[in-house]
Amino acid sequence: MITSAEKTRSSKSDVVRAVPREVLHDPAILPPITDSVIDVDSLSLWYGEKRALEDVSIRIPRKKVTAFIGPSGCGKSTLLRCLNRMNDLVDHVSIDGDVRFDGMSIFDPDTDVYELRKRIGMVFQKSNPFPKSIYENVAYGPRIHGTKGKRDLDEIVERSLRSAALWDEVKDRLADSALGLSGGQQQRLCIARAIAVQPEVILLDEPCSALDPIATAKIEELMDDLTQDFTLVIVTHNMQQASRVSDYTAFLYLGKLIEYGETERLFVKPMKKETEDYVTGRFG
Amino acid sequence: MKKRSQSDLLGRSLTWLSGGALALDLLLVIALLAVLAVNGLGAFWQHKLVRLTLRDGTRVLGEIHAEETIPEQSATRMLVKVGNRELTALDFRWIDEANIATREWPEDATLLERLEWGNFYGALVEIRRGGSVLASGPDEVWSALGPLRDQKRREAKAVHELEVGPIDRVNRELERLRLDARKVARQGLAKEEEARRVTEIEHDVAAKQAVYETLTAELASRRATLVSETVIAETVDGKRKEIPVSQIVRAIQPNRMGTAATMGLYASRLWEFVSADPRESNTEGGIFPAIFGTVLMVFLMAFAVAPLGVLAALYLREYAKQGVLVQFVRIAVSNLAGVPSIVFGVFGLGFFVYGIGGSIDALFYRDALPAPTYGTGGILWASLTLALLTVPVVIVATEEGLAAVPRIQREGSLALGATRFETIRRVVLPGAAPGILTGMILAMARAAGEVAPLMIVGMVKLAPSLPIDGEFPFVHLERKFMHLGFHIYDLGFQSPNVEATKPLVFATALLLVGVVVLMNLVAIIVRNRLRQRYTSSAV
Repeated sequence: MITSAEKTRSSKSDVVRAVPREVLHDPAILPPITDSVIDVDSLSLWYGEKRALEDVSIRIPRKKVTAFIGPSGCGKSTLLRCLNRMNDLVDHVSIDGDVRFDGMSIFDPDTDVYELRKRIGMVFQKSNPFPKSIYENVAYGPRIHGTKGKRDLDEIVERSLRSAALWDEVKDRLADSALGLSGGQQQRLCIARAIAVQPEVILLDEPCSALDPIATAKIEELMDDLTQDFTLVIVTHNMQQASRVSDYTAFLYLGKLIEYGETERLFVKPMKKETEDYVTGRFG
Repeated sequence: MKKRSQSDLLGRSLTWLSGGALALDLLLVIALLAVLAVNGLGAFWQHKLVRLTLRDGTRVLGEIHAEETIPEQSATRMLVKVGNRELTALDFRWIDEANIATREWPEDATLLERLEWGNFYGALVEIRRGGSVLASGPDEVWSALGPLRDQKRREAKAVHELEVGPIDRVNRELERLRLDARKVARQGLAKEEEARRVTEIEHDVAAKQAVYETLTAELASRRATLVSETVIAETVDGKRKEIPVSQIVRAIQPNRMGTAATMGLYASRLWEFVSADPRESNTEGGIFPAIFGTVLMVFLMAFAVAPLGVLAALYLREYAKQGVLVQFVRIAVSNLAGVPSIVFGVFGLGFFVYGIGGSIDALFYRDALPAPTYGTGGILWASLTLALLTVPVVIVATEEGLAAVPRIQREGSLALGATRFETIRRVVLPGAAPGILTGMILAMARAAGEVAPLMIVGMVKLAPSLPIDGEFPFVHLERKFMHLGFHIYDLGFQSPNVEATKPLVFATALLLVGVVVLMNLVAIIVRNRLRQRYTSSAV
């Protein structure tokens, strides 16, 4: 069900606020990132009365992999879904704070949310290919955004499937239903589908949680290649995965950003007690 | 331990109960079809002709249709179809077994199926043209009859073509001129202009009238030729009857026919039943107009109900804010499905026929008034009435179909930058298509079986012409139509010849079931195609 898409934000957030001072001075959550593509400023989010995010500020570096980790319900998926305004689709959501994409507020009334979602793609936890052919799945986005020529579409489909390391497996059965693919292939198809519209950022919401280890390994390998062209943000509950694939890691706990920094540093030398407890497996 | 075995016993008995219930349902369906088939399809089978000599000396020729034991006696009696309705008043007769002295199966016993008066049973005597005899004696007449009938059939066809072709055209032109004259009178033109126009029209009318008279003269002469040859036939009790050859539909000598020929005859009669027009106030001939009317009405209904129901469901499920009001609307829609169908008929009469139809007549067909064009029952109003009747079914099924499209697929589409409309068009509607088609199947099945509301919005016992024919503009949605359901009622309760129509009631019912099954089958095949396309791999 699609609910009213254009959710108006609470009036508090109309003013773009400066990053709070204590944030500026907290080295635990402010790594030296010079070239950021998305800047989250003091973002808070409520589902009805329940607060899901509390004053989160984070900068996403360009063409790197950033991982959001934390125990279930910490708000990491919610934060991810804010970045391309997928939370618009949920009833009774109110948001405070700001998210800037390439310097422009994504909540700005002038922002075209469809263009935004084209530039910030998303891959979901459960693979969700459309009940169409493999070809049509990949061609879906380009078609919507106006690509018509058969040759253009053929080229986009091939390029996207190659980028998603799926081409060799499906090139002979592009006309077959996408639902006949294995779980891992379906997830890579969803990645190819996201790539096809040439986004700048791809959000991955626990993309491997429903996959077996071999399929997971393939996707992790793929993510490494994708950073040449795309900025990746991945939500995962698997700390090993975060440490394997990401350049930066953010640890969220109870809706707050506890610690953010280069992955290696965060896992080896966490600055905060909560982070240490979590990454060493004391809770979570 | 004990408790466990008890529940096991319960479980097993439930399995048996549910299985038994299903088996019973299946058995009922099979029994229904079997009863219809046995009672209906037997009617077209040609029995041998038997000549019975009764103890009082009278003789009877006919087909034995049934035998039964007389209540509270050990004797049996037989129902014999004796035909010759104009001579014997009744074409069925009960004869007690005990009264029969001899039974014979004469080779030359002949059955003539006629356009009027039903079957004739007897022996052939001669063929005459005017005063002269063309053939005499049973065998000579029999061999001459075949070619002569073929010739007469061609002549009859030519006469029919003359009637529905040139004569009908002239008639319509005359009618148009009459309406023109009325229009001129109504327009209130200047005197001279009006006089000029009236003269013009009168001139045209005179010309057409002349053409009409030539044509009718030709028709009369052709009709005279058509009936110039007659067969003299003799009933078993010696009465002679003169029958025009053109009146004979079939001439059969059943006692000379082998199994193959009998089966051929059966097939030909079955084909006549589904493909020909009815005769003798629907008791003989075919029921093609009723089949055509039923199918066309259902298709028109489907065309009307599909967009109406699907769009309404789309709004309810996809666009409307889910709340108390929407829930209330949903309940109201479901309740609409429970309103007795005759109520919809009355509504259709008031709203479509008198309201919309009356307005159309007042606006576009003023010259034809007071004779209504759209302001009377017709196939269009009947279809729209049934569309209202079935729209809740389509709405409910479509809503279920829409709800079955997973949220993650919608999100997948939106995350690619698709708008809500694009998502609905490209992902949601294709995904809901099987559900929508299920709704259409249910709606069409319901519409095909409805009789009550149609009786007041355009269904008739006998329609003079089909709603689609060769006459411009080819589709005549204002016309009245025949319907299988009403035909069954008509045969069963309104017929003057109950014994003859009884099997036809069953055969028509079987056909109605067949038509519904056929339409559903097509829809089911389409649905399965869609499902296959959207779910499984083709590997």
